[in-house]
Amino acid sequence: MKYFKNMIAVSLALLVLSSASFAGDRVPSPVIPKATSKAKNGGPEGCVEPVSDMRRNHMKYILHQRDETMHKGIRTSRHSFKRCINCHVVKDKKTGKPVNHKDKRHFCNSCHNYAAVKIDCFDCHASTPKPGPAATSSKLNSSNKLVKKVEDQ
Amino acid sequence: MKKIHYQTLEGQSKGFYGLIFLLGAIILVSLGAAYYMEHNGHWVTGMDNQIVWGLPHVFAIFLIVAASGALNVASIGTVFNKAIYKPLGRLSGLLAICLLVGGLIVLVLDLGRPDRLIVAMTKYNFKSIFAWNIILYNGFIALTAVYLWFMMERKMNKYYKPAGIAAFVWRLILTTGTGSIFGFLVARNGYDAAIMAPMFIAMSFSFGLAIFLLLILYGYKWADREVGDALLNRLKNLLGVFIAGVLYFVIVYHLTNLYEAEHHGFEKFILAGNSIHTPLFWIGQILLGSLVPLAILYSKLGRKRGMIALASALVILGGFAQIYVIVIGGQAYPLQIFPGYEVINSSFSDGVAYHKYTPTIWEFLLGLGGVAIALIAYVIGNRVLPFMPTSLADEVVDPHATAK
Amino acid sequence: MTDKNMNPDNKSRRKFLGATAAVAGAATIAPGVTLLSVAQAKPADQEVSSKNRWGLLIDTSKCATGCKDCVDACFKENSITRTNHPRSEKTDAQWIRKVDLRNKATGHVVSLPMMCQHCEHPPCADVCPTGASFKRADGIVLVDKHICIGCRYCMMACPYKARSFVHEETLTQNENAPRGKGTVESCTLCVHRVDKGGMNPACVDACNANGHKAMVFGDLKDPDSEISKQLKQYSSVAIRADLDLNPGVRYRGI
Repeated sequence: MKYFKNMIAVSLALLVLSSASFAGDRVPSPVIPKATSKAKNGGPEGCVEPVSDMRRNHMKYILHQRDETMHKGIRTSRHSFKRCINCHVVKDKKTGKPVNHKDKRHFCNSCHNYAAVKIDCFDCHASTPKPGPAATSSKLNSSNKLVKKVEDQ
Repeated sequence: MKKIHYQTLEGQSKGFYGLIFLLGAIILVSLGAAYYMEHNGHWVTGMDNQIVWGLPHVFAIFLIVAASGALNVASIGTVFNKAIYKPLGRLSGLLAICLLVGGLIVLVLDLGRPDRLIVAMTKYNFKSIFAWNIILYNGFIALTAVYLWFMMERKMNKYYKPAGIAAFVWRLILTTGTGSIFGFLVARNGYDAAIMAPMFIAMSFSFGLAIFLLLILYGYKWADREVGDALLNRLKNLLGVFIAGVLYFVIVYHLTNLYEAEHHGFEKFILAGNSIHTPLFWIGQILLGSLVPLAILYSKLGRKRGMIALASALVILGGFAQIYVIVIGGQAYPLQIFPGYEVINSSFSDGVAYHKYTPTIWEFLLGLGGVAIALIAYVIGNRVLPFMPTSLADEVVDPHATAK
Repeated sequence: MTDKNMNPDNKSRRKFLGATAAVAGAATIAPGVTLLSVAQAKPADQEVSSKNRWGLLIDTSKCATGCKDCVDACFKENSITRTNHPRSEKTDAQWIRKVDLRNKATGHVVSLPMMCQHCEHPPCADVCPTGASFKRADGIVLVDKHICIGCRYCMMACPYKARSFVHEETLTQNENAPRGKGTVESCTLCVHRVDKGGMNPACVDACNANGHKAMVFGDLKDPDSEISKQLKQYSSVAIRADLDLNPGVRYRGI
């Protein structure tokens, strides 16, 4: 139900967005930060699924993966939350450090604030990549080759 | 027996508005306290990883137990056909719903994630007695509401008996569920006992009736309506029976524990320890909450209304003490994780004699808010719908009353 | 060891050893050659299964009093931070703790780590109203924090005091160990490492690294795993064996 609501909200936001393009600059639109790299699979735009699909359905993918991982131990990386966080990291220009979910520049906030959809993912989940080399690349952060194989299929 | 007339409270007096204002203020402060607790996290309360359920649960469980007991007066009239109780059926049902709502609000606002109430309502683990209780509580409110409707709506009047029987059976199951929250806990010395369920039922009879009696006495006084001695006599004698009933279960519970070596440590802690639980048990629960009220109710003193009120108030206080000892005392006595060993060092309080608990103002205010919510709902309920008989004088309610 | 609670739980041990006899055959290719790695590594897209049961064996005679490397490693791995709240020793999370015990009758002193015992019949999962506390097919007991409402009934039910309630906002989570205010948590047996395959929980690695080697992690259903061999060879106990919960964590030397 919550996700259905989210979906409506995001669709509305997209509707506003598309009309905004006709209305010029009169309607403020969210500035969505670019991902730090392109995923191999997915649509031409680069995300793990086509961008248009991700905009509408990212919560479905995340929710599905959430239960699969939590209860069944399935840890494919395609729709993993970790991967979202790693690739969609936004860094502070001065310090070069990733901004967390309390910052309005955070990738998720850029649209969720605009659409006024509250999420509670970051009550528990880390909202920035793990410090260290993993943070700068969007490479699969599992060393398990099987993971990669499964994903590339 | 004359025809009973019901009437709403006039609700114009300064006293009425004063009461609503006072209760409303308590509720606001209490909601503020709940927000403070939730915003900061539970470290601002007296609860911790040793005493995980604190004062809010004492209030909540008291109110929930009392709620099922408050319905008893209606049940005696409907199910057991005692005519003198029938005029009280509506008030009894109203009070039951109000107390339950008050208790549940406290319980929910103390959750770590009260914002996930919807999860609790949609995801059930049917092996959990807690999950069953969520269904039982909601069902109780719905069933009692239907029962009230059938009592109050003339067209539906012919169905009120089955509704009353259903509500009565439901409430017995409900209190069994509440007691079993503790009865089903295998690991702790003070719990893990099937007697918890019937003991909680006896407690509900006693606490619920005590609250009901107080509200009849003062409600009728403030509303300037009449209550006869015949009815009060019945009710106060019944309260005496219920107090004795609770006492019986308490004695059996402790005797059983005293017999089993495994529980000696726990019994010593409660009955002869140096924590707050020992005086709360002996002075609060046994002396003030049971023996003194029994002495009042079954002596000449019991003929005075003020004394009946005092006895009821003592039963309520003793009830709080009892639930405090069950909920907090049961956790304060350390888990016996390593029988045969003494803990000489632990970073997690494994070796302490008992876990201390000092409630903060926040959790007290939250609990108090639950009481205020129950009372304000009761008062407003009586303001908007005719629950209160215009008179409970002897010649109105008592079929055997002699003409004055 | 005359206390009934501390008796070696022979019955349950026989039970799980017996149940794994069939698996043993499947995993053995030729006499002496076993596909140990198959039991260890699991493809990322594969569900965990009840063919495995992860457990720990702790040898208290090797566990040093005063050493808390396992605790430190756990806190680092799962980013469990200490607060400076006034009663922080009671409100801070404790996934694993060191306990020193003295036998009341004999005076024998032992030191051991206590954590979630990953019961076969976990009381925490039984009492959880929403099903947030649950046992995975491979025996790891977890809290699904997405549906935990923070009622703490599991903490009332756990015989080992293995669970903590998060009493404050958390901002320094490890990406592998989500944890947050208002939910209950406990040892996950480093499930994120276990799922990668071939990895020990952080506490076990720390204990090995300092040379104590008091903790063995492995598959209780694989008769050729180190843990199964040791369990078969030496006497061990389940804590509070009287409750018949058949925990996956066993102890030697108490």
